[in-house]
Amino acid sequence: MLNRFLKLVAWSMAGAAILAAAACAGSSSAPNAAAGADGHAPFTMGVIHVGSKTDAGYNQAHAEAAAVVQRNLPYVKVLEAENIAENADVSRVIENMISQGAKFIVPASFGYLDPGLDVASKHPDVMFDHPAGFKQADNFHTFWATSDQQSYALGIAAGKMTKTNKLGFIGGFKIPNVIDTINAFTLGARSVNPKAEMHVIFDNTWSDPGKEAASTNALADQGVDVITMIVDSPITIVQTAEQRGIYSVGFHSTEVQKYAPKGWISGIGFTWGGFLTREIQSIEKGTWKSNPKNLLGDLNTDMVTLAPWGPAVPNDVKTMVEAKIADFKAGKAQVFTGPVKDNKGSVKIPAGQKGDPSLVNTIDWFVEGVIGQGS
Amino acid sequence: MSTSFFEGVLSSAALSGTSILYATVGEVIGERSGIVNLGLEGVMLVGAVIGFVVTAETGNPYVGVLAAALAGATFNMIFAYLVVTRRGNQLASGLALMFFALGLTAIIGKSYVGKPIGGLKDTPIPGLANLPQIGHALFEKDLLVYSVIPVAIAAWLLLYRTSWGLRMRAVGEDKTVAFAAGLKPHRLQYQALFVAGLLGGIGGGHLSIAYTKTWQEGMTAGAGFIAVGLVIFAAWSPIRAILGAVLFGGAVAVQLQLQARGSNVSPFLLDMIPYVVVLVVLMLFGRVKGRVVPAGLKNVFEGTG
Repeated sequence: MLNRFLKLVAWSMAGAAILAAAACAGSSSAPNAAAGADGHAPFTMGVIHVGSKTDAGYNQAHAEAAAVVQRNLPYVKVLEAENIAENADVSRVIENMISQGAKFIVPASFGYLDPGLDVASKHPDVMFDHPAGFKQADNFHTFWATSDQQSYALGIAAGKMTKTNKLGFIGGFKIPNVIDTINAFTLGARSVNPKAEMHVIFDNTWSDPGKEAASTNALADQGVDVITMIVDSPITIVQTAEQRGIYSVGFHSTEVQKYAPKGWISGIGFTWGGFLTREIQSIEKGTWKSNPKNLLGDLNTDMVTLAPWGPAVPNDVKTMVEAKIADFKAGKAQVFTGPVKDNKGSVKIPAGQKGDPSLVNTIDWFVEGVIGQGS
Repeated sequence: MSTSFFEGVLSSAALSGTSILYATVGEVIGERSGIVNLGLEGVMLVGAVIGFVVTAETGNPYVGVLAAALAGATFNMIFAYLVVTRRGNQLASGLALMFFALGLTAIIGKSYVGKPIGGLKDTPIPGLANLPQIGHALFEKDLLVYSVIPVAIAAWLLLYRTSWGLRMRAVGEDKTVAFAAGLKPHRLQYQALFVAGLLGGIGGGHLSIAYTKTWQEGMTAGAGFIAVGLVIFAAWSPIRAILGAVLFGGAVAVQLQLQARGSNVSPFLLDMIPYVVVLVVLMLFGRVKGRVVPAGLKNVFEGTG
């Protein structure tokens, strides 16, 4: 009996070992161009990801940017690390990259801000670019891009395409720039469909596929037929929405469409590749320190873009969205144009006034049309 | 096509409760044999990643579920070796294996993040699926959802209606006495942990193959620890574990449904509901008589066998 049992254990262990070996063999590391191959002085850049490079979301957007740098500047050696915790681990990874010769570090997660600043203070000759940080130093700059104009424009598509007049949003945390996106999307939707209302769920985590699936189902149960989100990886939400037969609008990376071949509308994608390329060039020229310490891109830069349209989007909707984008680009339209009321009925931006651009970092109220979500 | 609040909660509870219930039933069996496994979270992760990888490679979710179960059991054998054969501290060994699994599964699953799989499809039960209110919620789900309650009942029968179960519980109460009575405590504990690993692996597999159809590092997000907690809540009974999982899954579902319906309560407060429910139930029923902790959970056995 014992022998039989041990045999079973041994067999299943062997099976699992084979599976694990097969899995490891399947993964391959990204190729790095040989430094200095074309006679250019070698340059090493380090990118640290908090999650997986193939999450079709936040991390993939940064990984694609690194790949674009690699294409634009083939002599650059790109070091990448994935799944690094937002604690002392990231400091060690950065130190390690610097010891390998990295002169430019992108600590690509909000929580890397303090550990990153700490390492930066010890290495004044190494330049850092941190996404969405709110603290800077001489060799530590921050960057991000506003996306509320795109949210507004895609809200128009959602408002036109919903049949139930119920839109849904799943957010990681209730923080100002997430609220800003929800508000912009809702304003866009209601500009073409005053009956549209926005149902919001906050998961209180940026990454929990189980909760994201449950949230998507809860919204679909409620009759929501267009869903959008800000979480690290939109895959689970978009896939679940597709299963429920409802539309989805993505956020972070442009590579989400394959998870919702039918219900995909479009999405907002951050495209940092060009920006990072220019940063490296200015480091090489020695002009980096005179760059803006906190750079905020918008529609008129190459830092943020719309994802390709899904097959379900009618042509007149595409035209409306693209016209609005053109207006934003030309400065002819603004997302927050008074009168804007909050969802408790009080006027927040009076008629004739425009929203303060700093709202994205401070806003704590929802516009009319967002259901519930007391503070 | 908006559904009722009740139906939404029930449907969501069935989905999120399923993986937790498999793991809880497994942990009940393990703890009945006298071993607490805080590494259950790791067992679930191993099941989730191997299940996903095998499903992605073979295209067959059932092979994936089988692989998840075997992988979970195999991983639990490492734990069994540490705590049964080497007599390592159970709590420390479990936690160490949990952290080990976090890293191991991230490596194994690295190239599978974002890989679309068909996964385990819903199989509506003819007739029942059309019942009002409960049809979609309970009878339009995947096979793992349907089989979880029968599995819990089977585990109860195994523990209380078979001689194997009796022997195993005897080991869980007092290894020395069981040993003196001619039983082989170590062998029985290995067997119990093997079964516990199978179930924990299926629990993780359900999460990746059926429920979310994605793999993401650390995707169990604490479900394994909740399962360990529910074992106490369930007073080491697989049947009461059903209630625990339904209650916990339901409480998670309630808070999401409330948010979706535009409740004016802060999402942070709503997020506390599942844990508050568990605390309240423990306070109300924590002192009910007959709630016996397997005595072996408190002792160290020095014999062999």
